Amino acid sequence: MKSYARELAVAAVLGLLLVVLAVWAPAFFEPAPLRSLLAREAPTLVVACGMALVILTRQIDISVGSQFSACSVAAGLLAAAGWPMGLVLPAAVALGAVLGAVNGALVAGLGLPSIVVTLATMVTLRQGLNLARQGEFVNLPDGVQWLGLGQSAGQGMLLLVAGAVFVTLALALRHLAAGRHVYAVGSDAEAARLAGLRPRRVTLAAFMLLGACAGLAAVMNVVQSPQVQPLAGSGLELKVIAAVVVGGVAISGGRGRLGGVFLGLLLLAFISPALTHLHIEAYWEKAIQGAIILLAVLADAGRKEDSP
Amino acid sequence: MSPVPLLAFEAIEKSFGAVRALRGVSFELRAGEVHALLGENGAGKSTLIKVATGAHAPDAGTLVVAGERLARLDPAAAKAHGIACIYQQPALFPDLTVAENLALRLEPAGGWRRVRWGERRRRAEALLRQAGAHVPPDREVRELSMPEQQLVEMAGALGAGARIVLMDEPTASLTQPEQERLFAAVRALKASGVGIIYISHRLDEIFALADRVTVLRDGATVGSRTAAELDEPDLIRLMVGREVDRLYPPPAAPAGEVVLDVRGLGCAAAGVHDVSFTVHAGEVFALAGLVGAGRTELARVLFGLTPADAGEVRLQGERVALGSPRAAMAAGLAYVPEDRRRHGVVPELPVAQNLTLAAHRAIFPGGWLRAGPEQRCAAELIARLDIRPAEPAAPVTSLSGGNQQKVALGRWLATNPRVLILDEPTQGVDVGAKGEIHRRIRELAAGGLAVILISSDLPEVLGMGDRIGVMRGGTLREILTGGTPAPAVMAAALGRAGKGAA
Repeated sequence: MKSYARELAVAAVLGLLLVVLAVWAPAFFEPAPLRSLLAREAPTLVVACGMALVILTRQIDISVGSQFSACSVAAGLLAAAGWPMGLVLPAAVALGAVLGAVNGALVAGLGLPSIVVTLATMVTLRQGLNLARQGEFVNLPDGVQWLGLGQSAGQGMLLLVAGAVFVTLALALRHLAAGRHVYAVGSDAEAARLAGLRPRRVTLAAFMLLGACAGLAAVMNVVQSPQVQPLAGSGLELKVIAAVVVGGVAISGGRGRLGGVFLGLLLLAFISPALTHLHIEAYWEKAIQGAIILLAVLADAGRKEDSP
Repeated sequence: MSPVPLLAFEAIEKSFGAVRALRGVSFELRAGEVHALLGENGAGKSTLIKVATGAHAPDAGTLVVAGERLARLDPAAAKAHGIACIYQQPALFPDLTVAENLALRLEPAGGWRRVRWGERRRRAEALLRQAGAHVPPDREVRELSMPEQQLVEMAGALGAGARIVLMDEPTASLTQPEQERLFAAVRALKASGVGIIYISHRLDEIFALADRVTVLRDGATVGSRTAAELDEPDLIRLMVGREVDRLYPPPAAPAGEVVLDVRGLGCAAAGVHDVSFTVHAGEVFALAGLVGAGRTELARVLFGLTPADAGEVRLQGERVALGSPRAAMAAGLAYVPEDRRRHGVVPELPVAQNLTLAAHRAIFPGGWLRAGPEQRCAAELIARLDIRPAEPAAPVTSLSGGNQQKVALGRWLATNPRVLILDEPTQGVDVGAKGEIHRRIRELAAGGLAVILISSDLPEVLGMGDRIGVMRGGTLREILTGGTPAPAVMAAALGRAGKGAA
């Protein structure tokens, strides 16, 4: 049952990539640029953990990019209005949770298909932001960037936060009854209901957690630059879903672990800088990422045939 | 001299795993007759139909179609021989029109063929008229009522030049006038020389429509008679026939106090109404009835899956509201559903996690999963129910059907319920495992549990039930004592004036 084949496979590919970089482009491992790279990906990891929860319950949320954008703009405006970061952060997380709850209520409460619901909320949120901001950036006051800690300490802080979210959720999935309910609901919601679980509540909670993760990630992104772009989260959903799938979470729910998601995200995130360092044209990035996703899905299909 | 039969089965056998569904069935269908096929649930009627339509290949025996001997049929060959089947739930495409549905069956395949809409429509109209259906060919099938859809099926069968029409409980969901229209269409078909095999549980229909009757029991033919020489008691006797073998474990102690008291329970959405009964501690209360009588629906109402909208339920004298499975569980009910393979166990979780799933609160106070208590609980249940392999970490889907059923059962034992509802616990389970499950059920009852046993297997109902509740038409019609002879139970299930009803 406990097979770590996927984690090992992704780790092997990642290791190979790192070895290639170590031999041909040791500059990749210089601490400052590497830390910057990881800090840029830290918000993505947070969102990917939330997305993994939603996909484990056999749902999907393609509106996370829009949620991320909305929370970014909200955080930026609040910060610009003079709110301290200690209040901006919970406000953004709460906004994200509310946006996630809207998706969750429509999916779990009304039984609507999540891909359609979140497609609708994605477009609505994005166009709402366009309308409200007209593409205008939010200029942040001094002291917001890097939380006033300076770049390297700020980046370290972000990595710490992302790591904490990752570890907390991974442990919860594994060691909390609620975590097992996520797997049971994703595997067979009706069977879970017959066992006295509450699949709708579990689904709603997963969407809310993902929204909260998007809110936290938005703040983690906002503090990395002096301005907030109104569509900062465009395309985030694809990146995150790709990491989750490559990490071995079954798109049909009920199977997968966060460790794999972490490795999958690193692998996909390293490809672009690796190409730069290896002096390969950047156009290859998407093609290689696509190939990796395709391989992961093929591996899943093979695994499905094996099981009885 | 009788003419060459349209269709003859000769010593057909068919097994599914260890279950012998058909063990030597022989009968013949003549041109221009309605031949009724009768038998209890699970007697093998549906399997026989599937052999005739080519859906199942028989393991042994021969089919003779219009004098031609065949070892087996496939669906295309069955169609070519003029065999058509009309199911209780018509297999039409709801989003296509009637004419399109008929065309899909009747026009030659070929994606690049030009569609002649006018011709298609005219042909559909002619066939519908022939089948006695007053349905415009341009209507979408989803807008049609169930009997209209059946008539469309029949039109399709006519258009395909069917000589042999199989009808599997066609009137199960029809009202009286709808039935009359269907009967008229059947008679018209018969007059045109088509042979019809007609399956139904409604005895009055059989006498109204059938020329001959063949009764199946336990996968074998009991006999074929002309309908005119039979009356209802004869039929019931033929269907039930055997003595109940006393391989069932005897009831232990006399039943204790009343645990479950159901009064006037109803749920419009589930089609259950006005159900009243009690179950005592230590008692097995068997629920008998034909398919569609409302037994599973009643269980689902009790377990809060489709909450009741009328009546009340008392558990040990205390009134409880069963609005959700969770509430039912908290009240001490447990429900092992019928469709084990689909919802009895959670396929992605290993055996141990499946066993503890319903008892998280008791085993993991505070919501922290702990390996120790989980393993202990699983090991105890595995030993108690003799689940094999005794491997808590095994994927539950790797177990045999009988063992998966034990896992589904074990999950509920972990919750220490007071009332255990078992829905068809031995369906699809081989004979050995069946006896074992019966023994476990008896042991559980002996331990003070009130057990409600839903079963379509009449011997099981008679052998296990301390009392037998008979359902029909969504309500509990009669409660019979344990020793009731099988014909009386069957008569009650069929809605005939039973002899010896308690």
